[in-house]
Amino acid sequence: MNTTVDTAEPVVPSPETGSEPRNYLNAAYGLRSWLLTRDHKRIAILYLISVTAFFALGSFFALLIRLELLTPEGDLVSPDTYNRLFTMHGIVMVFFFLIPGIPAVLGNFLVPLMIGAKDLAFPRINLASWYIYCLGGLFTLWSIVHGGVDTGWTFYTPFSTHYSNTYVISAALGIFITGFSSIFTGLNFIVTIHRMRAPGMTWFRLPLFIWSHYATSLIIVLGTPVIAITILLVAAEKLLHLGIFDPALGGDPVLFQHLFWFYSHPAVYIMILPSMGVISELVAAFARKPVFGYKVVAFASIGIAVLGFLVWGHHMFVAGESVYVATVFSVLSMLVAIPSAVKVFNWTFTLYQGSISLQTPMLYALGFIGLFTLGGLTGVMLATLGLDVHVHDTYFIVAHFHYIMVGGTIMGYLGGLHYWWPKISGKLYPAFLSRLSALLVFVGFNLTFFPQFILGYLGMPRRYWSYPPEFQVLNVLSTAGASILGVGYLLPLCYFIWSMRYGKNSGDNPWGAVGLEWDTSSPPPTENFLTTPVVTHGPYEYNPKEVHDRTSQPEARVG
Amino acid sequence: MASTTIDTHAPGAAHHPALQHHFDNMEQQKESATLGMWLFLVTEIMFFGGLFTAYVVYRHAFPGVFAAASHHLDVTLGGINTAVLICSSLTMALAIWSAQINRRKLIVFFLLATIALGSVFLGIKTVEYRDKFHHHLVPGTSFAPDDPHLQGVAGQQSQIFFALYFIMTGLHALHMIIGIGVLAVLAVLSWKGRYDAHYHNPLECSGLYWHFVDIVWIFLFPLLYLIGAHAR
Amino acid sequence: MAHHDPKRSLLIYVAVFLALLIGTGATVVVAKTDLGVLNDVAALGIAVTKAVLVILFFMHVRYSTRLTALTALGGFLWLAILIGITMIDYVGRGAIMPVPGK
Repeated sequence: MNTTVDTAEPVVPSPETGSEPRNYLNAAYGLRSWLLTRDHKRIAILYLISVTAFFALGSFFALLIRLELLTPEGDLVSPDTYNRLFTMHGIVMVFFFLIPGIPAVLGNFLVPLMIGAKDLAFPRINLASWYIYCLGGLFTLWSIVHGGVDTGWTFYTPFSTHYSNTYVISAALGIFITGFSSIFTGLNFIVTIHRMRAPGMTWFRLPLFIWSHYATSLIIVLGTPVIAITILLVAAEKLLHLGIFDPALGGDPVLFQHLFWFYSHPAVYIMILPSMGVISELVAAFARKPVFGYKVVAFASIGIAVLGFLVWGHHMFVAGESVYVATVFSVLSMLVAIPSAVKVFNWTFTLYQGSISLQTPMLYALGFIGLFTLGGLTGVMLATLGLDVHVHDTYFIVAHFHYIMVGGTIMGYLGGLHYWWPKISGKLYPAFLSRLSALLVFVGFNLTFFPQFILGYLGMPRRYWSYPPEFQVLNVLSTAGASILGVGYLLPLCYFIWSMRYGKNSGDNPWGAVGLEWDTSSPPPTENFLTTPVVTHGPYEYNPKEVHDRTSQPEARVG
Repeated sequence: MASTTIDTHAPGAAHHPALQHHFDNMEQQKESATLGMWLFLVTEIMFFGGLFTAYVVYRHAFPGVFAAASHHLDVTLGGINTAVLICSSLTMALAIWSAQINRRKLIVFFLLATIALGSVFLGIKTVEYRDKFHHHLVPGTSFAPDDPHLQGVAGQQSQIFFALYFIMTGLHALHMIIGIGVLAVLAVLSWKGRYDAHYHNPLECSGLYWHFVDIVWIFLFPLLYLIGAHAR
Repeated sequence: MAHHDPKRSLLIYVAVFLALLIGTGATVVVAKTDLGVLNDVAALGIAVTKAVLVILFFMHVRYSTRLTALTALGGFLWLAILIGITMIDYVGRGAIMPVPGK
């Protein structure tokens, strides 16, 4: 496809098309039709709204943290308040944005479309999962309004069970409830992918986005219940004095950490795998080539999911676990980097000799590849027991996981939103602004978090409200970066909303991409496909001749 | 990618009234329901699993204390409860069997029998819990075992055993209560003729849940009640 | 489920039921005998056997797809991972400190 589209003009109703074609957005109007919907696409939009709201809340806490850290002295907030700020930032971002984020928004929208199904296997459970998410969110919001929690998002005992006088239980219950939302989503995806693929859609014809979400769902189902019971145990100890982790009774606080991290480490793969799935799609679409080593990438997703469950103790190297198990965890943690690295290599080889177009989604994908690599490499550094002992609980760790979660997950999430926005809304967004935002996000992100690697390595502890004056310059750079990053996030919020009213109609497939989701209209009809597709080839069947022809034609300036 | 298409909504295609619109046929719907329920049971395995992990850790740490504390549990009542649950699993399986042979009233009978047996279980559990309260074996400020083996340090450590006892059996009992509630609803729907040989997914799924809860107890009984039983 | 022969499946259910009751009795009898380390092995062995019978026959896994069996197995395998690796920590540590004083 060689559409040259000027995105600056507003929508002009065309006399030829007459009334708007029937799609999932105009199929029914009114609040009830949205709040009682069973359509996976509408549920994805519901999630988009709530997830964005929580992201804004988490960002607000981040802003306050970075403002406090502009100066070495603790002068903006009290130390107690600072503890609450970083705790609430962590809780909101991890449990209410990063974990649900891509699966609940892009996954919900795209999984049935990509496999040629009419909906997910359990539409009512899908809707229930959103309500459960909101209920959990309400519990957490209630805790925040009443002053929040100060234990760190990790709730370590005995502080959380015995000494903290903040709203630990209500916040923890909020997470417990939201965990079920996550479980229902994962369960739905697994059954859908197993049982509802269109005729001819064999496992190895599935887009890699689907493989990623399948692997993610395995993690969700196997891991989330463990943090659920752990939360209940913390509540039981705090409320009912059933002291499982109480040292005074011979209990072991480190057991809490085992149970907590058994989920929370795989949780980081819940956060990154869907984003990796997005990147596979973006790289194929914007290099117009099949992903290099498709089967290897597919198996790597499963490999990450499995290995991810065997490494949780690397969070506890200095907590008091035995040196024998620490060695085991150290080795396994290095192993888990391998499938991730394989994916990075394969995406890179996909780009090689591809017909690359630097549209906004591709900018995010390229950013992801670079930043995730940095974050991942520092992960291998941290897996090294000897090094971790020195940088544990410093800003090195903070920088590492933000490179993965922001440089990785959020870049993938934004790239995916920009790629599939025409599919979701039927509209185009402004090309210049979207590219500018991508640039701002990239620059802002690196300015925020690269100094933190240095700070950590120099010894600045995390979760500290004040610091030695010699660290100020790096902290100021970090805060400056955060401001730029914030602008980069605000712009898409504005132009996406703008596009819904004023954006040009996108047409069914503005990118000329290959995939079942692009074979139906933008936006799709409620039942996704007017007739059930029959699949006869693999994914990413970009036409090589077309690739060759495209190099001599005007580039599509869709976004 | 798609070169030909199939229209599965061809006019005249007969649909079972219970077929949901996003499924192609009843078999796909049934297999999805079964797989979905099993995945939920996997989450339950891991949910209880966290408690079993704590149990293994602490039994390994102070085995003598666990044995001494276990002696305060009533093996007879626990054994009866185990038998009661096994009976209820049989009646649950027979409820589904009744649906497979289209015997509507028999479904209801076996569901009610399952509910009754489950209630007996809960009744016996209540008796046991009350006994623990009377003997000051509930962890917390009122914990005061009248047992020379459970004083001082051992007494403190036994609080962990009893905490695990209450949490594990309590969580199990909660699952039973929910199960009984679900079965009651299904009994009403079965009476109304909702289920037959061609469609009884909710019965199957509830059956899976009920059997799982039975399996949890199959492990809880020896692990909690029978530690060092030969030395009682 | 059992190949749609109601009489056969009824017999199987009753047989499994009886096996479970016998297993329960055996658990109690074995527990009251001092077998040292084997007590735990026996208790777990009987419990696992009972669980397998429930899973295969009452829960119909014997007559279900391989995917169902794999799912069930996966759940138990994952629990084994949780307990197993956690215990590597505790076994490698030495005794958990008892309560000081008192």
